[in-house]
Amino acid sequence: MAKITFITRNGEKITVEGNDGSLMELAKQNNIKGIDGDCGGVCSCATCHVHVDPAYFEKTGTASEIENDMLELDDNVGEYSRLSCQIPVSDALDGLVLQVAN
Amino acid sequence: MSENPNNKVCVIIGASHAGVNLAFALRSEGWAGDIVLIDADAALPYHRPPLSKAYLASDDGIEQNLLKSADSYEKEGITLRLGVLVKSIDRADKCVHLNDDSVQVYDKLVLATGASPIVPPIPGIDGASNLYPLRTAEDVTNIRKALNTSQSKRVIVIGGGYIGLETAASLKKLGATVTVLEREERVLSRVTAPEISQFFTNLHKQYGVEIFTDKNVVSIETKNGLNVIKCSDNSRFNADIIVVGVGIRVNTALAVAAGLEVENGIKVNATARTSDEDIYAIGDCTFHHNPHYNRFIRLESVQNAVDQAKVAAAAIAGKETTYNTIPWFWSDQYDVKLQMVGLSEGYNRILVRKEASEDTKFSVWYFKDDELLAVDAVNNAKAYVIGTKFIKEGKKVDASKLVDPSTPFKPANLLAE
Repeated sequence: MAKITFITRNGEKITVEGNDGSLMELAKQNNIKGIDGDCGGVCSCATCHVHVDPAYFEKTGTASEIENDMLELDDNVGEYSRLSCQIPVSDALDGLVLQVAN
Repeated sequence: MSENPNNKVCVIIGASHAGVNLAFALRSEGWAGDIVLIDADAALPYHRPPLSKAYLASDDGIEQNLLKSADSYEKEGITLRLGVLVKSIDRADKCVHLNDDSVQVYDKLVLATGASPIVPPIPGIDGASNLYPLRTAEDVTNIRKALNTSQSKRVIVIGGGYIGLETAASLKKLGATVTVLEREERVLSRVTAPEISQFFTNLHKQYGVEIFTDKNVVSIETKNGLNVIKCSDNSRFNADIIVVGVGIRVNTALAVAAGLEVENGIKVNATARTSDEDIYAIGDCTFHHNPHYNRFIRLESVQNAVDQAKVAAAAIAGKETTYNTIPWFWSDQYDVKLQMVGLSEGYNRILVRKEASEDTKFSVWYFKDDELLAVDAVNNAKAYVIGTKFIKEGKKVDASKLVDPSTPFKPANLLAE
């Protein structure tokens, strides 16, 4: 079980718990505003963009080339940007804080 | 009609990408009234694009593929009425009649009725064994079941569009012997340039899927569960299972019967409103104006469903946003990702950008004179992203730099001077 905190664009902090699936799916299950996941999680739409807390960035793994390219669609891309559909939820992510990009 | 002005009712017909997104967007736009979401499909609303792709090839149940969890609807106060069919719309009394003989009143009504697969009037098609379209989760269940019980696992896919080709790739993964019959001279002829058609034809061949073009199916004969498909050139193909992917017909019957304006889909304005000021329409079923291309279009896509849902939700909640997006699409076949942005219709020249040393990574750029209309990117998200930006901003592309693989693929390098 990992506790994950999403901070939405209007500053709302929502902490949720997850075991499996992706961070995008977890966000969708909990109606986190700004995480749409329109393509269903296949790295095709870039509507699940998050900024990862730098302290946790390494734990979320490495973005693929496609993911890095897709992130460029969003003007709000930064050093710690990821598409949350590409990050699997695991115990290692317990305490993770994510800023929703849009 | 609700007596209490604070408790208005928004009724949504169709609970797929468009309808579900509208319901949730409406709540976040501050709609305090009731939201009633109706669909003939009894399953909780699910993602449709994976049906012909990853979902078909997996053992997943539909519960792993839901648009929203059951809890979410409850939390947001969205009433689901699944497994019931809307028979008619009564615009005068502002209500809809359902096939369980109940009546649902509305203050605002949203038609998200989508489209249905075409089953072409081929002699013998009604008696064919294991013949399915692919539009719903139930279709996938039926196809999987048929495949599991078939000894020879011979599948004929009628139609070489995206659904047909994605289905062929997924069924091949499941161990079927798959043949695609396409009526035109190349696959994907309606939607892409010949370069893309050729690439996918070769890709399927590599994986052992046969593709035959110029095959017009004229009859199906079925004996003891074996289908024999006959084409106009007298060729014959045997199949235990037939998947039909020859396009869709827009579900406009309710709108037509209600006297709404319908052309190539339900006609809507920039706020997704129909010719009735209390009725909106969103998603595949709409005929809408695209400001960027400045023409009325109909789209079969998740992007359009979601974007129109947002616009309609805002309008219903009393805030005005207007629809202004560049369409985008994707298709996954085997390990190849195709991403498309823009509308290529009307192009008069194309440029192909290949990437040095990688022959499965390229992009096709469609132009009308020097205006970039659309980009199809194969395994090349960078091309898709750059194309999106150039189309959106109306930037001009330097043709010689674009096609030169030694030009690093960055927007600044491709700008025409």
